[in-house]
Amino acid sequence: MSNTISTPGKAFEYAPAPESRSAVDIASSYGLFIDGKFAEAADGATLKTVNPATEEVLAEVAVGGEADVDRAVKAARKAFRTWSALPGSERAKYLFRIARLIQEHGRELAVLETLDNGKPIRESRDVDIPLVAAHFFHYAGWADKLAHAGFGPDPKPLGVAGQVIPWNFPMLMLAWKIAPALAAGNTVVLKPAETTPLTALRFAEICVEAGLPAGVVNIVTGAGETGRSVVAHPDVDKVAFTGSTAVGKEILRTTAGTGKKLTLELGGKAANIVYDDAALDSAVEGIVNGIFFNQGQVCCAGSRLLVQESVADEVLHMLTRRLGTLRLGDPLDKNTDVGAINSAAQLDRITRLVASGDDEGAERWTAPCEIPAKGFWFPPTVFTGVTQAHRIAREEIFGPVLSVLTFRTPAEAVEKANNTPYGLSAGVWTEKGAKALWTAQRLRAGVVWTNTFNRFDPASPFGGFKESGFGREGGRHGLEAYLNV
Amino acid sequence: MKQETLRVTAIHPVSQRGQVKTGDCASTGAVDARAGALPVEREGYLARRYACRYAHVVTMLSAFPADPVEVTSSEAALTRFLHGLPGIDKVGAESRAAMLGTRSIKKDAKAFAIDLAISMIDLTTLEGADTPGKVRSLCAKALHPDPSEPGTPRPAAICVYPDLVAEAKRALGAAPVNVASVATAFPSGRAALDIKLADVASAVAAGADEIDMVIDRGAFLSGRYRQVFDEIVAVKAACARPDGEAAHLKVILETGELSTYDNVRRASWLAMLAGADFIKTSTGKVGTNATLPVTLVMLEAVRDFRAATGRQIGVKPAGGIRTTKDAMKYLVLVNETAGQDWLTPDWFRLGASSLLNDLLMQRHKLATGRYSGPDYVTVD
Amino acid sequence: MSETRLAVNKTYKLYIGGAFPRSESGRVYAVTDTKDRPLANAPRGTRKDARDAVVAARKAYPGWSGATAFNRGQVLYRVAEMLEGRREQFADEVSAAEGVGRNKALASVDAAVDRWVWYAGWTDKLAQVAGGANPVAGPYANWTTPEATGVVAVLAPRKSSLLGLTSVLAPVVATGNTAVVLASEQAPLPALAFAEVLAVSDVPGGVVNLLSGPLAEVAPWLAAHQDVNAIDLAGASHTAGVASVRDLEIAAADNLKRVLRPEAKEPDWTADPGVGRMLAFTEARTVWHPTGN
Repeated sequence: MSNTISTPGKAFEYAPAPESRSAVDIASSYGLFIDGKFAEAADGATLKTVNPATEEVLAEVAVGGEADVDRAVKAARKAFRTWSALPGSERAKYLFRIARLIQEHGRELAVLETLDNGKPIRESRDVDIPLVAAHFFHYAGWADKLAHAGFGPDPKPLGVAGQVIPWNFPMLMLAWKIAPALAAGNTVVLKPAETTPLTALRFAEICVEAGLPAGVVNIVTGAGETGRSVVAHPDVDKVAFTGSTAVGKEILRTTAGTGKKLTLELGGKAANIVYDDAALDSAVEGIVNGIFFNQGQVCCAGSRLLVQESVADEVLHMLTRRLGTLRLGDPLDKNTDVGAINSAAQLDRITRLVASGDDEGAERWTAPCEIPAKGFWFPPTVFTGVTQAHRIAREEIFGPVLSVLTFRTPAEAVEKANNTPYGLSAGVWTEKGAKALWTAQRLRAGVVWTNTFNRFDPASPFGGFKESGFGREGGRHGLEAYLNV
Repeated sequence: MKQETLRVTAIHPVSQRGQVKTGDCASTGAVDARAGALPVEREGYLARRYACRYAHVVTMLSAFPADPVEVTSSEAALTRFLHGLPGIDKVGAESRAAMLGTRSIKKDAKAFAIDLAISMIDLTTLEGADTPGKVRSLCAKALHPDPSEPGTPRPAAICVYPDLVAEAKRALGAAPVNVASVATAFPSGRAALDIKLADVASAVAAGADEIDMVIDRGAFLSGRYRQVFDEIVAVKAACARPDGEAAHLKVILETGELSTYDNVRRASWLAMLAGADFIKTSTGKVGTNATLPVTLVMLEAVRDFRAATGRQIGVKPAGGIRTTKDAMKYLVLVNETAGQDWLTPDWFRLGASSLLNDLLMQRHKLATGRYSGPDYVTVD
Repeated sequence: MSETRLAVNKTYKLYIGGAFPRSESGRVYAVTDTKDRPLANAPRGTRKDARDAVVAARKAYPGWSGATAFNRGQVLYRVAEMLEGRREQFADEVSAAEGVGRNKALASVDAAVDRWVWYAGWTDKLAQVAGGANPVAGPYANWTTPEATGVVAVLAPRKSSLLGLTSVLAPVVATGNTAVVLASEQAPLPALAFAEVLAVSDVPGGVVNLLSGPLAEVAPWLAAHQDVNAIDLAGASHTAGVASVRDLEIAAADNLKRVLRPEAKEPDWTADPGVGRMLAFTEARTVWHPTGN
């Protein structure tokens, strides 16, 4: 400029902006929530839940044994008689109440979720908790409209639902399980993941605050063994599980011949297909959101990037440039993009699979991130030179690790995308509508995001093809899982 | 070119099996993902990490093979080029801008950003009721934005109509505050070219350091890109001064009238190819002025243009930016889209009037710890 | 002359990939009527026949699932037409196989014809009934459609040899799945004869594959087959054993097969079938697309 001295651009580093922890009040220990009351496990067993970002112990939580599960199922059975007999409009009002209480406690729940899970507060605050409230709100409205849901004039609830949920979206998965179950007139015994029990326990308190009748919702914390007891309990009519495909298969074998109704939402290895005529800046955002949302610990994560060869170099340039701006660190910091890995065990799994990528000759690129001294962390990682034969292209890593493959034609893209035992989700990026729909039609996946990724809504059914499980959660379809149809 | 294009390490480096590649600035050597196992040299690491994070936002981009001569050689070539730019997904662009809008700028970062924002303001008055007195008082404000805080930075420029340029120049004297003038039948641009050029020439002759021209949106929307291009080239020529220097040219796209983000990207490239020094969103005179997603798209355009041609172009959102919070969002957008190189008044401006006082009040708050009020900043 | 003429007996064969092969075992088993009088021999299908049938069904899947719903409806209606023309023949087959009187058998054949017509009409309606637009809270078009699950193994009902078979097969193929059917072990002949109807009905080869053979020998292989996406256990037994519902469910777990469990006893196939059997072998696919300009 003629009058000003040309100055170099200035470094704009954001100061720490942590969300306050004062919104939450974590007790030193928690019991099991059975029949409307908290109680210790019969054998007094406990486990510790830690903040994965600091390894600080947050609380001791009871471990439900077989006797505790039995007590919970009995409470649910007893409550089922009155709960299922309530007019749907009354059940609806309880659920609306719960939805509102979740909204009122939104900030607290977001902080609690972030502390226990390690996900960035931006996600728990802007995605998880709002979706939890929306889910209860949606299914509240179904409770007195079951006769209009397309399952016959008088569909009936199944009875007691045993529900086992994962640690990646602790409270959202709880909502996906409990809201439709209660709307349809079932009662539930829910087991949260061992590493993330706190929001479920806070939810139990919200049920009390909402005046929900005792026994309608029972929360039995614990680890795998507790989950097995819930699934195997003979008086459980319905089993709903979200988690790994291996455990899903185990549940199928356990329940074989029992007639228990099942819904399973399992693993995935989603392809994210980028055609050469995509809106590339948006596609790059979609790739980032697809695999680094929640540190990639998402069953529907877009973990396989299939990019058309003619734009592959460019997309990779844009992608690595964009990954350089990701902010990894304190999950409570409002500017954090990538939080902590949920547990040491999960970090081990990611590390092992990444090592296999190295061993099998894929090229690893790691985002330049400083790793905090304590806690469980993994930097955003991109593997190029990956083929369908690599383990990192076939196995679910469940971490911030993207495998990049290329394709030449739409037919090849579809063939590679479908070449997996999984079929949960997929992404398609093209500005050409006809090609987007053509591709979506051919993808063997329960959710196809075209020109977007990782969007969720209570009105939109979610669930898999093939080994990603069966049954749908969300919308009218999600009701079917809890009705005798 | 002075602007050396920065590169992220090639994604296909020739390296040994299993060896880890990271971005340029990160440490090399095997990265163990385990906490604390990163063998980094702590001293200076943060600075380099920062530099890596944002400076490297700029890189080569092969999708824009923009040989300016070739792609502007004919109407057909220009149309082909502009229509061949990658599309923009509206929902994706808006959600990206909204996400960046959630960045929380606190403490030191806020103090830094407030001063940076003040220094980037084109303090503007563009009213039919403008008078020499009004312009003098605005210039006084630019020279002493906060009489109680002498260390307060000055805005980058005063922005006025051409007939008030001379008044502004007199009022500012030798102070390092530029005078920018709108021209070319601002705001509609609906006048014959010779009249627009005369408009520009009069402002330049009166001493304008910067010219904010409007494009012919009618020509753009009806696909007469070459006409828009030629007008910009002609205005650029009219910016020349006898001393061999030239007023800097900001090209106003009036994005509120372009309607789609695809048009914003095309118009951005058109203006840059034609010689714009800056691309600017809006006149402030139509229903929709600067928005975050529009600015995002324009920042992507200047980033890509530099990568393709080596030439850096500035960006100026204008209109409707009133609060410190708004300004912070724009700076975050610059920081995480075009990068640090644009975080200077030379390459990023905020066209605003009431914004300055809000920034000053926030500055007081940071300095004193209590909330300020409108009686404690000057109304000019 | 005619009274001394020796009848020409039919050699019943499997139906795989649109062809009529013998069992790879080279063996047959004697099929008797309900009073243990011999009727004919049926091929003794094996796991290898099942394997070949799955390959044929997989090969036919893209074409059949990719055909328009209208086209599938036309083809299914053609099946009804072809069966209608063979009412008398099938009345004899069913009467012999199920040990029912000829009138009852004819009524059963007619019901089977009508069922094909019913499902022919469903092909282009199910997506509207079971799918739809989802009003999500954001700028997205969002819709859900039922899609064919893939290759479906069907253990046909034990007793109802044609109407029961139709009632389990038609809903599977109506939505675009391809099928590998294991006919009733006791009464396979109407099913094997029905393959001849399919062969002249514009049903592409491989869309329906029909096997006969011992349930206990073939069903576990189908239940465990990794390239079978779903299994209808209509003909399986609730009592313990190698082809019991429980064991087959366990075998099916390995690749997350969709399993349609049988009722406690074989249902009355003349009842309104509803949409349940079609939905059991569809997957809801939801597509999101932003709306913007």
